[in-house]
Amino acid sequence: MFYRESGDFKTTYAKDTQTFPIKLDRVGYYIILAVAFIAIPLLLITDTGGGASYWTNAIFLPFLIWAIAAIGLNILVGYCGQLSLGSGGFMAVGAYASYKLMTSFPDLNILFVVILSGAITAGVGILFGLPSLRIKGFYLAVATLAAQFFLVWLFNKVPWFYNYSASGQISAPTRSFFGFEVTGATASAEAKYLFCLVLLFCVAWVARNLTRGRIGRSWMAIRDMDIAAEIIGVAPLKTKLSAFGVSSFFIGIAGSLFFTVYLGAVEVGEAFGIQKSFLLLFMIIIGGLGSIFGSIIGAAFMVLMPVLLKIILVDQLNWATDIAAHFQFVIVGALIIIFLILEPHGLAQLWRLLKEKLRLWPFPH
Amino acid sequence: MNATAESYVTEDGRTIGAPVMEMKNITLKFGGVTAISNISFDIREGEIRAIIGPNGAGKSSMLNVINGFYHPQEGEIWFRGEKRKPMKPYQIAQQGIARTFQNIALFKGMSTLDNIMTGRFTHMKTNMFWQAVWKGPAEREENLNRDIVEHVIDFLEIQAIRKTPVGRLPYGLQKRVELGRALAAQPKLLLLDEPMAGMNVEEKEDMSRFILDVNDEFGTTIALIEHDMGVVMDISDRVVVLDYGKKIGDGTPDEVRNNQDVIDAYLGVAHD
Repeated sequence: MFYRESGDFKTTYAKDTQTFPIKLDRVGYYIILAVAFIAIPLLLITDTGGGASYWTNAIFLPFLIWAIAAIGLNILVGYCGQLSLGSGGFMAVGAYASYKLMTSFPDLNILFVVILSGAITAGVGILFGLPSLRIKGFYLAVATLAAQFFLVWLFNKVPWFYNYSASGQISAPTRSFFGFEVTGATASAEAKYLFCLVLLFCVAWVARNLTRGRIGRSWMAIRDMDIAAEIIGVAPLKTKLSAFGVSSFFIGIAGSLFFTVYLGAVEVGEAFGIQKSFLLLFMIIIGGLGSIFGSIIGAAFMVLMPVLLKIILVDQLNWATDIAAHFQFVIVGALIIIFLILEPHGLAQLWRLLKEKLRLWPFPH
Repeated sequence: MNATAESYVTEDGRTIGAPVMEMKNITLKFGGVTAISNISFDIREGEIRAIIGPNGAGKSSMLNVINGFYHPQEGEIWFRGEKRKPMKPYQIAQQGIARTFQNIALFKGMSTLDNIMTGRFTHMKTNMFWQAVWKGPAEREENLNRDIVEHVIDFLEIQAIRKTPVGRLPYGLQKRVELGRALAAQPKLLLLDEPMAGMNVEEKEDMSRFILDVNDEFGTTIALIEHDMGVVMDISDRVVVLDYGKKIGDGTPDEVRNNQDVIDAYLGVAHD
C-alpha cells in the first residue's frame, strides 16, 4: 500500500539514481542498520552466558565475513563475467599477508593490517587475472583453479610464510582497535562483531558506488558483450584487471578477517581449500549474480542453512550428530539444485519480483 | 554538385566539408581470400555516406577496418588529416568513431539508460577512488553526462523505456537504443551497419528520420551500410558501391543509379 513510486517525483538526477528510490525501502534500510549497529551489540553485551559467543561465532562472524567475500567475488563473476574458482586461495593470501604484517610490524593498527592485506591480495589477484584477456568462461575457471592450488601449496611449502613454526599453522596475536581487543583469545564478542560489521558496511558501500557508475558499467559491458564494449572505448584488459583487483581486494579483506578475527589460528589447506571457493561461488549464485544485496543474502543463506538444519535435525528430531552432519550435505545440495531450477537468478531476483508485485498491489498489473 | 571542391552546400542547405576520413588503397586478406582489394574512398565532414553492394562484397569488412577490428595488409587510413597508426578498437573509439552493429549488440543485462550511459564512457574520467567515494566528482560527472544522455533519450523518443532492461524490448526499439548508445558518445564519425535490417516499413521510416535528424541537428558525419535501395538513394549524399571486394562505383545516388557496372552487379549480366 505504501510501497509506491507514484506521487514520489524525482526532480534531480541524483535523486533518480539513489540506491533506495522508494521511501519504504529507505526506512527499512535504516531500521536494519539500527538493528545491526545498535540492537545486536547491546544484546551481545548484556548477555553474560555462553549465548553471545555462540551467536557471534556460529552465525554473525561467519555471515559478515562471507558476505564481504561474496561481494568481492560477485564483482568479478556477477558484474564482470569472469568466472573464478580461486577465491579460497585469495582468501589465504589475505590471511597470510595479515599474519606477516602483524608479526613483522606489531605496532601497526589492525585496521591497516586488514586493508593492506586486501591490497596485497589485489596485487596477487591482478597477476592471476592476466590470462583473462586471452581465455574466457570455463577455461578461465580452470586457470583460476590453478591459482587456488598453487597458493595453498605455496603457503604450505614455504616456511617463511608461517614464520618457521613447527606446526605449520599461523595464529593471530592480540590486537586492539580504539582500545577494544578485536583479535586474539580474549577479544569480546561485541567488539569482533562490530569490527566486521563496519568493514562489511564499508565494503558494501564502496561496491555499490563502484558498480553504479562509470567503472561498474564498463564491467557489465565486458560481461554482456565484450566486442560492443570495446567499440565504445572500454579497454578489455584494463577493465578485467580492475575487476580482478577490486574483487581480490575485498576477498583479501575477508580472508584477513577470517583468520585474525574469526578463527584466530589457521592451517591453510583446511581453512582455505577448494571447498571454500565453491562455497563462495554457491553463495553468489544462490544470492544472485550481479547484485550486492544478493551477495549478502546468499552469504546469510549458506551460513544459516547448516545451523538451521542442525537445530532441526539434532535438537528437535534427536538425530545422531554424525548422521545429521551427513544429511546436511545432502539437504543443502538438494536445496541448491531445486533452487537453481526454480529461480536461476537467485534470491535477489525473487526480492526484485516481490517488490514489483508490491508496487502494483492490490492490482495484478 | 562538385565532388572535388573542399566544401559545398547541398540542395537542402547543409554544408559538406572536407574529408574527415580517407581510405587509401586498402587491401584486406584472410589467408588466400581477398576480402577487400585496393579500395579508396573518402567520407566528408557532415555527409551521409552509404556503402552498398551485394552480399559478400566486403562492406562489413570495410567497417571493421575503419573500427580497427581488422588490420588491412596494404593501404593507409587517414582520419582528420592524420595518417592513422594501427590501433586497438577501443583507442579508435576514443578518437571519436562510434558504431552500431548488424546484429544488435546491446548489453542485455542493463537498462536502456545504463546502455546509453555506457556510450558516454570515453567522456568520463573520474578515477576509481572518487568512484568509490561517489559523493563529489563522480556524482557530479555522472549527472552531467546523464543530462547529455537524457537529451539523446528525448531525441530518440524512448523516454518510456528508460528503466526497462533492453532484453525485454522489441527489435525495433533495441535498434533505436543501440543508435542512442552510439549517439551518446557524440562521435565525429558514426558508422551504422544495416540500421534498418529486419524492420517493417514504418520502423524504417522512423529510423531514416532519426538518421537524417542526427545528421541535420548535430552535424554528425554518418557512414552506413544498407540493403534497402530506396532508403539509400533517398537519404545519402554519396554512395560507394562494392562488389567482390572491389569498388565499382562512387558518386551521388543519381550517378550510381546510372552506372553500368552497378546495374550489372545488382541485376546480373549476360555472359556471351
